[in-house]
Amino acid sequence: MKILRSDLMECSIFIGRNLSSPGMKKANSHNVTISDQGIDAIISNPKICDLVFDATTAASHNIHAPIFRELGIKAIDMTPSQFGKICVPAINGKECLKFDNINMITCGGQASTPLAYALMKNVPDIEYIETVSSIASRSAGPGTRANIDEYIENTEKGISELTGCKHVKAILNLNPAIPCIDMQTTVFAKVKDCDAKKLEFPIREMEERIQKYVPGYKIVVPPVFENGRIMVMVRVQGLGDYLPKYAGNLDIINCAAISMAEEYAKLSIGVN
Amino acid sequence: MKNIIISDPTLRDGNHAIRHQLSKEQVALYCKAADKARIPVIEVGHGNGLGASSIQVGICKETDFDLLTTARENLSTSKLGIHVIPGFATINKDIKMAMDIGVDVFRIACHCTEADVTRNHISYVREKGKEVYGVLMMSHMASVEVLVEEAKKMETYGAEAIVIMDSAGAYFPKDVAERIKALTSALKIRVGFHGHNNLGMAVINSVVAVENGATILDACARGFGAGAGNTQLEVLVPVLEREGYSTGIDLYSVLDAADIAEKYLMKEVPSIQSTSIVSGIAGVFSGFSKPVERLAKEYNVDPRDIFFKLGERKVVAGQEDVIVEVAIELARLNGTTK
Repeated sequence: MKILRSDLMECSIFIGRNLSSPGMKKANSHNVTISDQGIDAIISNPKICDLVFDATTAASHNIHAPIFRELGIKAIDMTPSQFGKICVPAINGKECLKFDNINMITCGGQASTPLAYALMKNVPDIEYIETVSSIASRSAGPGTRANIDEYIENTEKGISELTGCKHVKAILNLNPAIPCIDMQTTVFAKVKDCDAKKLEFPIREMEERIQKYVPGYKIVVPPVFENGRIMVMVRVQGLGDYLPKYAGNLDIINCAAISMAEEYAKLSIGVN
Repeated sequence: MKNIIISDPTLRDGNHAIRHQLSKEQVALYCKAADKARIPVIEVGHGNGLGASSIQVGICKETDFDLLTTARENLSTSKLGIHVIPGFATINKDIKMAMDIGVDVFRIACHCTEADVTRNHISYVREKGKEVYGVLMMSHMASVEVLVEEAKKMETYGAEAIVIMDSAGAYFPKDVAERIKALTSALKIRVGFHGHNNLGMAVINSVVAVENGATILDACARGFGAGAGNTQLEVLVPVLEREGYSTGIDLYSVLDAADIAEKYLMKEVPSIQSTSIVSGIAGVFSGFSKPVERLAKEYNVDPRDIFFKLGERKVVAGQEDVIVEVAIELARLNGTTK
């Protein structure tokens, strides 16, 4: 739906494994070409697209990635495969355009890394960063559940690579409460001392930067310093396009991927 | 006489009570005493288990590696057990290390409705030939049907036993009876119960669990554990024996182990404090009691209000960050900002 809405992109094919899945039916109802042939749909018709969003699994992406490269198709990897260049649009979006395969880390990575980055830039001597995401059980599909270790490894790697902080930990909670909880992510930084007031502006600035591509991204606890730690908390609501609003975790990574795809599109048609 | 396996998480759940500050020396002391008492399984680690030392839940005084190697060196007949929550611990970072150290029993745990996150971890441990249990935490938050369904999933992943935890100490005996009965009739594997004492029900709930077919019970020396504490080990053992169950544990030695625990592990013996009662009524994870106490002071709000608010929001174990959010919100409402 987000691709269909974009002026810069056209959704040329929606590929899955099962023509009767709800996503497939939805795509079909919007007159998008669909296929149940997986990667073979692209191998047999490489001209079908210039860019692919790979939302399979980490293991599958590792198989797909060299194929995309050989066919000259850019890949935005939504799995925690760690194959391509780690990307958070608000931090290194521009730089990533040089690469033909970018990795969108994880939902928690998209939510937490920008805050961790802002803290690292503004507070000296951060020894350690930790991030905790809690998401609604209903928004965690079988892929997320089967890949929970990869989620943690990729989130830690993403934060570490983009912030430069060596000592990083990621935690994920699934909460089954009904009505479903919105995605909520907390970033902690271990420091000896800090004036949290001074962090409010840079964190707000980062929030605004992210809101440009994820409108439902909202700081709910501005930076506080207590017990030797800085803490900042964000809540992410989705647009409610296809998935419910509470599934901000799915929306944030989708929105980040779409914004990168649009940047690639602008580059290829020469728009600034 | 029916045999009941006692699994003793004094050195794991007890860590919640002292902000995860158990030292190697304390672990060594208690392990020796517990081993002498022939307690079948001794669980060791951070309160939330392997890989859980964090700002979110609390930074451990010792590393997992040091805690487990110390325990290993001091246990000869008792098995060494650990608690593992996917989302905190991973196979590569944590489980492999624990296997190398020689952990015998892996208890793979998750919130009671999320069994499918344990699939890889349970099957990995099983493939490696180690003993593996599935643990459903905060089990009062699921209906009996859901609990059975989730337990069955863990059974298919390869779990050799299912333990349900009353993490908030919220169960009454009839709740335990209903759940254990349903689980034992639906599963082919052993069923266990882990009680907390928030509402004074831990020992009786454990007895009711075995009466309904459970064959594993968790219990801690002096009840040393989160919140109001766990089922009290040295009470449970003679109570079970008197009811006609055998535990294989020597009475005098377990009493000695409990004395050692009281003297060397804890600043205060767990008791049912006001906040723990509220945590039990509100159905909130007992492990939250230390952070709630601290943040209530920090933001000058009533810890009981925090617990009720957390209960309304149906938070699960691992969501300690929400305590800060709730404390700040309450402070704002009360006009008592920091």
